[in-house]
Amino acid sequence: MAHYEPPKQSKASQLIDVVVLVVLTVGALFVPLWMGMAGAAKTVAEAVASPTWEALGQTPAQAAKYEALGYTPESAHDLILARFDYSFSVGALVAMVVVILLYYFLILRFSDVEYREVIAEKFGQK
Amino acid sequence: MMTDTDITSPVMDGMGPHGTKVGLLRVLGPAHVWALGVGIVLVGEYMGWNFAVGKGGAYAALIACWFAGILYTCVAMIDSEVTSTVAAAGGQYTQAKHIVGPLMAFNVGLYLVFAYTMLEAANAITAGYLFSVVATMTGHTGDLDQRPFIILVIMFLAWLNYRGVLATLTFNLVITAIAFVAILVLFLSTSGILGGGLMEHAALFEGHELPYGWIGVLAAMHFGLWYYLGIEGTTQAAEEVRSPARALPFGTLAGIMTLLIAATLTWYICSGVLPWEYLGDGVNGSVAPLFDTARLSGSNGLVWLLGFGTLFATLASANGCINDASRAWFAMGRDKYLPGWFGAVHPKYRTPYRSIVFLVPIALIFALGAPLDQVITFSILSGLLEYTFMPLNIIMFRKKWPLNSIKRGYEHPFHPLPALTLLTLCGITFFAVFLGYGTQLVAMIGFYIVVSLWFHFWRYRFVNRGTQFTMPWPKPQGY
Repeated sequence: MAHYEPPKQSKASQLIDVVVLVVLTVGALFVPLWMGMAGAAKTVAEAVASPTWEALGQTPAQAAKYEALGYTPESAHDLILARFDYSFSVGALVAMVVVILLYYFLILRFSDVEYREVIAEKFGQK
Repeated sequence: MMTDTDITSPVMDGMGPHGTKVGLLRVLGPAHVWALGVGIVLVGEYMGWNFAVGKGGAYAALIACWFAGILYTCVAMIDSEVTSTVAAAGGQYTQAKHIVGPLMAFNVGLYLVFAYTMLEAANAITAGYLFSVVATMTGHTGDLDQRPFIILVIMFLAWLNYRGVLATLTFNLVITAIAFVAILVLFLSTSGILGGGLMEHAALFEGHELPYGWIGVLAAMHFGLWYYLGIEGTTQAAEEVRSPARALPFGTLAGIMTLLIAATLTWYICSGVLPWEYLGDGVNGSVAPLFDTARLSGSNGLVWLLGFGTLFATLASANGCINDASRAWFAMGRDKYLPGWFGAVHPKYRTPYRSIVFLVPIALIFALGAPLDQVITFSILSGLLEYTFMPLNIIMFRKKWPLNSIKRGYEHPFHPLPALTLLTLCGITFFAVFLGYGTQLVAMIGFYIVVSLWFHFWRYRFVNRGTQFTMPWPKPQGY
């Protein structure tokens, strides 16, 4: 393979490349936050009106620990009863699997094309 | 015929072929490699792992701890084999460049930089929180503004990294050792081995064994990674250790063994003293579980020891993260995967100083502008994508250069079992992340798809083709 001579990149072009990467990086984290779509929140399904340790499902040993930590049944109410919701749709799961597979397919495919050029130039053709 | 590979050769990667007369300084030993790996990770025992308890209960967190331990043992074994042969700054990035191809290498380089920079930001946030706790404990009233402490932590550690790698990692060795010993002392003091025991596992678990059932065990795998995330960073020191073929496998494997012990002890100590709902809520409940356990012990000595242990663990982690992220960024700059300006070594301190300085404001943007759990999730996701690459990497490595074709400093046993186990556990963890943070997962992969297209169709034109392959290996089989 003929030797590939890369073009010289100007300083302005180098700067633009860095800015593009930084903007994409910050966007990847902050866009889901701005759109309010990030994170998994815990919620209390059924609140207990007048909480006691028993009503919150705590044994005497467990209640003693909460008291040692400075909690009362009222102040520990949300902490003890809040739960994650693990229900999900099959469609969303399939979409995630497809996105991951597509991503790895894309990079492995393009990498292979680039790698063959590297090996051909380094070691010569087969 | 086997090629004899001298991975400390001055004319190999990192030195001659890149045209830099001044290379990184070879001054580190196996203990520094251990300190780099364990130093980054040990903060995961001091905080963050307990989100796994919240995801599925105490037993789920223990199962996640051990399965994540298997995942990282596979990572350490695979990494030790490849890096004992590809000993160059950039670690997995340089491995990918030689084994899979340039675009994969570019992605892996970004995984490394983002996993470590986000972890660094998370550590700085936590250090800021700790300073405010210490201020309250010593009599300060009112809310303390944590932002100056966050900025100070990042700037100080970046300065330390700028000035030289030996001082940086010796500092890490000392504070990591103190943080590890603090966990051992807490275990001995609270488990009944020395003095009266505090452990009440059976009483605290009663009625709450698996509060979400088995799906909670799967969900706990998400934060199970936090017990060990970053151990793979040992490979970043490859160009700076005196004897990489020996020190890197030794330091990495000793590191994962240390962490398996520390993680199990941490789970045992905290789950035996703190109720699971409190332990599992790292925002409103137990921010620093080992510290909280010390508070319930009634011993002032333990409270101060674990307070300092927590602070040292966050500093050691942030310090190691700056070291690793800058090496990966530097290596990509040196190959022109990023603007070549970043590929410079400081003429006096022999550190990748421009990369170190450039990543400071990036870390600050996230440390000052994003919530802790989001920053942690961004770091975990980058790590997870990297671990998924590793089995592909080792399978291709063994196929292109079988065992008898090049000399390896370490050969991992039972291939391809560790690779397949790692791939399966990564699949399970992707599902665990999907259960809580599916939007971030898709946003992040969308980001990597966009930057991959940008690299392939634009950036790659500035990269030399043949000369980026710098290992003195024979031609890969099948090409």
